[in-house]
Amino acid sequence: MSPDLLREIATETGRHVVLVAISIGIATAIGVPLGIFLTRRPAWSRPVLGLVGVIQTIPSLALFGFLIPVPAIGGIGTRTALVALTFYGLLPVVRNTVTGIAGVDPAIREAGRGMGMTDRQLLVRVELPLAASVILAGVRVATVVGIGVATIAAAIGAGGLGVFIFRGVAMVDNRMILAGALPAALLAVGADLTIGAVERALRPPR
Amino acid sequence: MSGEPFVEFAGAGFRVAGGQAILRGLSLAVAEGETIAMIGRSGSGKTTALKLVNALLVPTDGEVRVGGRATTAWDPIRLRRRTGYVIQEVGLFPHLSIGRNVGLVPELEGWPAEKIRARVDELLELVGLPAADFAGRYPHQLSGGQRQRVGVARALAADPPLVLLDEPFGALDPITRTELQREFRDLQARLRKTAIFVTHDMREAARVADRIALMGGGQLIALGTSAELAAHTDPEVRAFLEAGAA
Repeated sequence: MSPDLLREIATETGRHVVLVAISIGIATAIGVPLGIFLTRRPAWSRPVLGLVGVIQTIPSLALFGFLIPVPAIGGIGTRTALVALTFYGLLPVVRNTVTGIAGVDPAIREAGRGMGMTDRQLLVRVELPLAASVILAGVRVATVVGIGVATIAAAIGAGGLGVFIFRGVAMVDNRMILAGALPAALLAVGADLTIGAVERALRPPR
Repeated sequence: MSGEPFVEFAGAGFRVAGGQAILRGLSLAVAEGETIAMIGRSGSGKTTALKLVNALLVPTDGEVRVGGRATTAWDPIRLRRRTGYVIQEVGLFPHLSIGRNVGLVPELEGWPAEKIRARVDELLELVGLPAADFAGRYPHQLSGGQRQRVGVARALAADPPLVLLDEPFGALDPITRTELQREFRDLQARLRKTAIFVTHDMREAARVADRIALMGGGQLIALGTSAELAAHTDPEVRAFLEAGAA
């Protein structure tokens, strides 16, 4: 492998990580408050989760394609990729936030209310800490999926490790494909293990 | 057992949204410093009555007065911070240490850290769990009886004048249960809190309470000391007495 290719792999790995980190960051920043909102308005839960779920079923290449002509968020390049990846990350984060908070023992919630906690105190001091590991599991799934989907982002000019995969497919060069696929797979495994470890540390004792 | 009623149910009723009445026309005065046991079968309305006191539920008929003021006129948060609450499932926060569980209401009330620590130590001592050993532990490291003691300590943390207990010892084995009943009685002899103690066990009611209120079908059936109830002829009262004697 030439030093040039190695340098290129390092650059694209960096772009790949940035793409995923930013989009998952945004998905979490939107998804957790949205999930909290849904636990306060259970009637909205089904339609919103349904809608977010539908986005998940759109094939990723198609979603990238759909977004290109959309003004403001679309076009060729990184911005479109970020939007698409954020959409994909939303479902696991929102769903796990709802599940995590709903899974808090009703006796614990009642004790908190009975002790005179406000809704906000109950959320911040009890519900979120107890749901944290479940919410993080959602972030983990979103991240691992995002690392995979981000390889497609190369197709719309957003760069990332997909660059090598598309190049390798065009050139019928398996080594070139592996130059993208292998780092992507390692990233996914690494993210899974790292976030998984934090998740276990946050799991409440029982 | 003197002075003004501290808690007063005045024709209090509670009806769920569908229209079914869970509690009807309950009138009952609990004097300051008195312990009243509310006893009844499942679905008799006793837990509902208890939740009306700390405004977890709001009466749909009549009213409940605490300290002379209707619960609906209280800020519910203030009312609950001044009312200790112990439930059967204990509801200790599993992610907080025993010390932080006990010190939670003082913490919410913004006490200085040093004062909270001193209070936690004092309370854990009071329920027989020395702080040096227990304050740093977590709920899952305690036995059921110890957890329930922590639940009592937590309810007393901000020194509330009123304590509500909803089958607090219901999930414990008979020996631990008897121990805790005795400890509760001793504690009450010293603290003289106004207390409402919900149970379905007549013997427990007789051990912990000054007076017993027997509930059935959402209504108050009988009220009196255990000796007075023993002389009662109402079939529901007899049924409870006989179940307790068995």
